[in-house]
Amino acid sequence: MNTSADSQAPRVAPAWRAPLIAFALGLAAWWLLPEQLGLLTRITITALFVLSLDLVVGVAGLATLGHAALFGAGAYAAGIFALRVHGDPLLGLAVGVGAGALLALVSGAFLLRYHGFTFLMLTVAVAQIAAGLAQKARDWTGGDDGLSGFTVEPLFGRFAFDLEGRTAALYALAVLALGYYAARRIVDSPFGLAVRGIHENRARMAALGTPVRARLLAMYGFAGALAGAAGALSAQTNAIVALDSLSFALSAEALVMLILGGAGRLHGALVGAVVFTLLHHTAASINPYHWLFVIGAALMAVVLVPPARAWGWLRGRLGAKA
Amino acid sequence: MSAVLLETRDLDKRYGGLHVTRGVSLKLHAGDRLALIGPNGAGKTTLVNQLSGTVAPSAGSVWLNGEDVTRRSQAQRVRAGLARTFQITTLAPHLPVQRQVELALFEREGLTKSFWRSIDAYPALATEARALLRDLGLGEHAGWPTERLAYGEQRLVEMALALALRPKVLLLDEPMAGVPQGEGARLLAALDALPKDLAVLIIEHDMDLVFRFARRIVVLAEGAVIADGTPEAIRNDARVRAAYLGH
Repeated sequence: MNTSADSQAPRVAPAWRAPLIAFALGLAAWWLLPEQLGLLTRITITALFVLSLDLVVGVAGLATLGHAALFGAGAYAAGIFALRVHGDPLLGLAVGVGAGALLALVSGAFLLRYHGFTFLMLTVAVAQIAAGLAQKARDWTGGDDGLSGFTVEPLFGRFAFDLEGRTAALYALAVLALGYYAARRIVDSPFGLAVRGIHENRARMAALGTPVRARLLAMYGFAGALAGAAGALSAQTNAIVALDSLSFALSAEALVMLILGGAGRLHGALVGAVVFTLLHHTAASINPYHWLFVIGAALMAVVLVPPARAWGWLRGRLGAKA
Repeated sequence: MSAVLLETRDLDKRYGGLHVTRGVSLKLHAGDRLALIGPNGAGKTTLVNQLSGTVAPSAGSVWLNGEDVTRRSQAQRVRAGLARTFQITTLAPHLPVQRQVELALFEREGLTKSFWRSIDAYPALATEARALLRDLGLGEHAGWPTERLAYGEQRLVEMALALALRPKVLLLDEPMAGVPQGEGARLLAALDALPKDLAVLIIEHDMDLVFRFARRIVVLAEGAVIADGTPEAIRNDARVRAAYLGH
C-alpha cells in the first residue's frame, strides 16, 4: 500500500556522495593552485581532525576540550614508527590510527563514567597528562624539541613525498575522503542512529535497552581512529611532531572550527576547517599579531546569528532586490 | 491462572530518612491490566523505576519470568521483555518519528552494534515501524521531526517505542498526563488495542481511565499497598475512599 506515510519516510543520502564531492573539490584545488599545496594539505588534515571531533561533539553530544590528545597520539606513534621501525607511510598511518583508537578506548573507558562539565574537565586533564608524558619522554618524543629526523618512504613504493608537496596533498586528500566516507557510513548506521539517540535523550535510549556507555565508547574509539589518522598525516607530511600537537590550543581551535561550520552534520566540520584555516592564513598574512580578532568576530557572528536567520535575511534582501 | 511474569517481593526504597516504598509485593500475570493508584508522593513512580531498573531497591527483590532481576541493568530487563513509558514525554526531539521507532526495532533485533550498513538497508523493519505508526494514527507524520507532533501524539510515539520492543510486560507511567482533552481519545483507543496477552501495569491519575481500563487495582499510600482488588472492590473499600478518593 502506497500511503502518504511512505512518501514522507526519511531516507539517508548515499554515503559516498559527500566524500566524493569533497575529494573532487580538493582535487580541483590541487590542480588549480599548485603554489598552495602546503596550505591545502594543512586544511585537509585539519578537516579530518575536526571531522573526528564532530563524531564526539556533534553526533554523540560529548563536549570535549582534550581531543588533541588523540591527534597527538597518532602523530607521535606514526613519527616514532617511521623513526624506529619502518618508513612506509601506509603502515605508519595504520599505526597512527591504532594509537588514536587505543588512547580513545582506554581514556574513554574512564571518561565516559562522567557527564557534562566533569567530562569536559577530565578530557582537558587527559590531554594535559598526555602532553606532560610526551615532554618527559625525551628519548622517545624529543621532548620540547619535537620529534624529527625520520623519513617517510614513497607512497606505494613509487610516489615520493616531494618538496612541492604534490604527493602529500593528494595522499592527505585521499585519506580525508576515506575517513569522511567511513564517518558517514557509521553515522547513518543503526549504531550511529543509536548514538544520535543517546545524544538527544540518554534516559530514553537506556529504556530501550541500549547499553549507553558501550555505544558511546565505541563512537569515541572511532573518533580516536580518525583523529589518530589526522595526527599520522601531520607527522608524515611535516616530517616533525611538535609538542603543540597535544596542546589545549589545538583542541580549542578544533572546537571553534566545528562551531563555525556547524556541529553534528559532518560536512560542517569540513566547512569549518576550510573557513578557519583560510581566515587564519589570510588574516595572519595581513597582520601576524592580530589575526585572532578576525576569528573571534567570525565566531561571534556564527554563534549570535544562527545560519537559518542569516539565510532568511539574505533571501529577504535578494527577494527585495528582485 | 496464567504464569506470573513480573513479581516484586517486599520491595523497599529509602532515601536517607525518607521511606518511599515499604514492603511492596505485587504479581503481574500475562494479560493482566493492573492500575497502580495513590495520592501524589505515594511512591508510584519510584516503584516503576525500581521495576525497570533505574532505581536500585534498598531491600526486596524484582522477578521477571521467574528470574531474580534485582541486580540486572535496565538494558538486561528490556531484553528479558520489560518495557516502559515515562510520565514526562522523553523522546529524541529532532529525530524523525519513524527513526525513533526504528531505533527501538534495531535495539530489539540487537542491531545497534551494526556500524556499517545503512539504516535504510533494513526494509522489513522500516515497514514494521510504519505499520506501528499507522496503527496509532501517526502514519502521515513518519518523516516529521518528533518535536513537531502535538503532545498527545508524542505520547503515542512513546507507546509505539515500547510496543516496538515486543515486551511481555509494559509499564505505563501516567500515559494521559498533560494530554489535552481533544487528543485523549486516540490514546484510549491505543490502550484498548494493546495485545491481549501483554501484562500491563499502568499508573494514572485519571480515575475514569483507571476504572475503565484496569481489571485489578492496587492502591499505594505512603509507599505501602493499602488495597488490592477488582475495580468494584476498590471503589467500595472504605480505606481507599478515606485515604485517596475522598468520598
